[in-house]
Amino acid sequence: MVERLQHLLAIEPLDREQITFILDQAKPFQEFQRFPLKKLATLRGKTVAIAFFESSTRTRISFTTAASRLGADTMNLQAEASSLKKGESLIDTVRTLEAMRPDGIVMRHSASGAPEFVAARLGIPVFNAGDGTHEHPSQGLLDALTIRDRKGTLENLNVTIVGDILHSRVARSNIHLLTKFGSRITLCGPAMWVPKELEALAPNVRRVLRVEDAVKDADVVMVLRVQTERIHEPAIAPEEYILLYQMTPERLRLARSDALLMHPGPIIRGLEIDPVIADGPQSRILEQVTNGLAVRMALLYHLVGGAPIDALHPAKERSNAAD
Amino acid sequence: MLLIKNGRVIDPARKTDVTLDVLLDGKVGTQDARIAKVGANLSAPDAEIFDASGLVVGPGFIDLHCHLREPGGEISETIATGTRAAARGGFTAVCCMPNTQPVNDNASVTRGIVERAAVEAAVRVWPIGAASLGSKGEALAEIGAMKDAGIVAVSDDGKPVATARLMRQVMDYCGPLSLPVIDHCEDASLFAGGVMREGPASIRLGLQGIPPQSETICAARDVEMAELTAARLHIAHMSTRGALEAVRRAKSKGLRVTCEVTPHHFTLTDEDVHYDTRYKMNPPLASCADRDALIEGLADSSVDAIATDHAPHHAGSKDVEFDRAPFGITGFETALALGLSELVHKGKLSLMRLVELFTTGPARVLGIEREIVAGQPADLTIFSTDLAWKFRASESASKSRNTPFDGRAFHGGPMATIVAGRIAFRR
Repeated sequence: MVERLQHLLAIEPLDREQITFILDQAKPFQEFQRFPLKKLATLRGKTVAIAFFESSTRTRISFTTAASRLGADTMNLQAEASSLKKGESLIDTVRTLEAMRPDGIVMRHSASGAPEFVAARLGIPVFNAGDGTHEHPSQGLLDALTIRDRKGTLENLNVTIVGDILHSRVARSNIHLLTKFGSRITLCGPAMWVPKELEALAPNVRRVLRVEDAVKDADVVMVLRVQTERIHEPAIAPEEYILLYQMTPERLRLARSDALLMHPGPIIRGLEIDPVIADGPQSRILEQVTNGLAVRMALLYHLVGGAPIDALHPAKERSNAAD
Repeated sequence: MLLIKNGRVIDPARKTDVTLDVLLDGKVGTQDARIAKVGANLSAPDAEIFDASGLVVGPGFIDLHCHLREPGGEISETIATGTRAAARGGFTAVCCMPNTQPVNDNASVTRGIVERAAVEAAVRVWPIGAASLGSKGEALAEIGAMKDAGIVAVSDDGKPVATARLMRQVMDYCGPLSLPVIDHCEDASLFAGGVMREGPASIRLGLQGIPPQSETICAARDVEMAELTAARLHIAHMSTRGALEAVRRAKSKGLRVTCEVTPHHFTLTDEDVHYDTRYKMNPPLASCADRDALIEGLADSSVDAIATDHAPHHAGSKDVEFDRAPFGITGFETALALGLSELVHKGKLSLMRLVELFTTGPARVLGIEREIVAGQPADLTIFSTDLAWKFRASESASKSRNTPFDGRAFHGGPMATIVAGRIAFRR
């Protein structure tokens, strides 16, 4: 039996069974996104707090939509509009939210570990929607779903991640997740963004600083956004980055011919990625977005809904009814 | 009069370790209270008897580095509460850093601390004055006047003496005043908003790392300036092998360079951090290799003193995200127990050496002697090496609870702290 999750704080502490369970549970929700009426009553009467202490559009909309399609109501808190600016502490803010009796809280925060801090102090499930430079577990899961759909497995793949790995929570979640299944990770980017210590993060992680070498034989190429807002050290000139690290058609050709091209978004066309391949046949970028909804519905369904692990899947129930 | 009977008297100054009696005499609580006699089978009909059978009697422990937070930070600690915690930890004298509000950078603040301590302190309080005005790293503080008011050293602790040029001036100025210059070694450009030691653990947690070179570069700079000025330099809370090597080189050249290590740096490593703000301090917990190097330094006498860097922070200030929490942990009440458990019982250090690191070691940094002979101040620390106990932060005498050692089980710890002939703490 799969061990039940109380929170989704990080990929690192999860085991293969837990990850596989979530991905399997996301499958019917993938189909569900194509239904004409995208509304379930599964979480009717439940409320999900969406607390973003750092700006985000995509992840916030994805979680909000996922909750809504499950029938839950959402309470939205955005840092700009909150009392944080008035000096209220994180713990007071989330306790205030908790006093409005939500059934779960989805949070993004610029401080690594903030969701763990909140989870230790609140009695409701906490979903980490990205914490500092630590993890972005729902992104890791949706990337895994995308890869598994296209490759049929998460095992024994060569996955190359290019960009500012040091400051990337997406990279950490993906590294932890994919290495748990025995895939091999190659990290590439300007040397100061790919410190050697990253190789100690998990087994089968290596750094290769020349992008042409890094993408060779890759089954999956993940391109990260150059995150100018989270960089403490002197930034690299964009022209230099484009010249040495931009994912171009020529570079992508060095990967396996059936390699997937992925990007967590938002993409900056012409900086980390050439628009030709961003829109090309290997690109799975928009599929990632759709899969994000499915994965987040599965997460909310299980952690907020509290359904038994072996309950009949709500999306299947619905599709049966439709037949 | 107080007669301490049958204690195992360990005196690192003379390297003696024998069962003896110690008689304290003179006006209790004053400078006049002295060790009257040390010997076997002493008797004094009027004296109060303290049976120290099975216990170690050492010279009074000195803590070179603590924060009592008064004036200005009384929400976290006061001279009264901090020194009671110090007494419970076996310390008979504590040196308090000047980063109070206002900063102890002039004689009136120093006098305020000294006067307050005279009324309220459970142990001796020896203030450390700021090196620069406001510890801002610009103009020299009123060091001479503070010396007259009672400071025992200077430091801009909390941050480094800002520039090599200022360090040179401070050292030049302090030389004739016989004051050691204590530096918190850190390179601002490398520190750069970091919250823990840079390494595999910081990478995994996604926390901004501080490379060890932040400390080693500054320590190397300070050693250079000590050579130039022939001044007394003391490196505070040393946490890296690199800084230790700089100190070793300086000592081998005959420079007057000393250093201290905290109990948390010889006990914990960066692998212990997670996101618990009780593990956030500056300098941050080091790598395992650096921790082991520090222990070697403690054993081979490259390190002169164990100092607590007792840094109380009230609960609210630490109950925040790791990035936002202030640096520092409390340390008085666990220092000796950690030394016994982590160093002596694990066979890394002799008991004699541990006692030295708490007594004659720090005394010499300050240019004074500590020994158990007639005529010395009546300050003694009596402790057990095997008492099984558990430290509970909730029972601490400190106003703050920010310690990673809450609930930790120990073998050995303070049993009595005698300051100027008076029992300041008794278990």
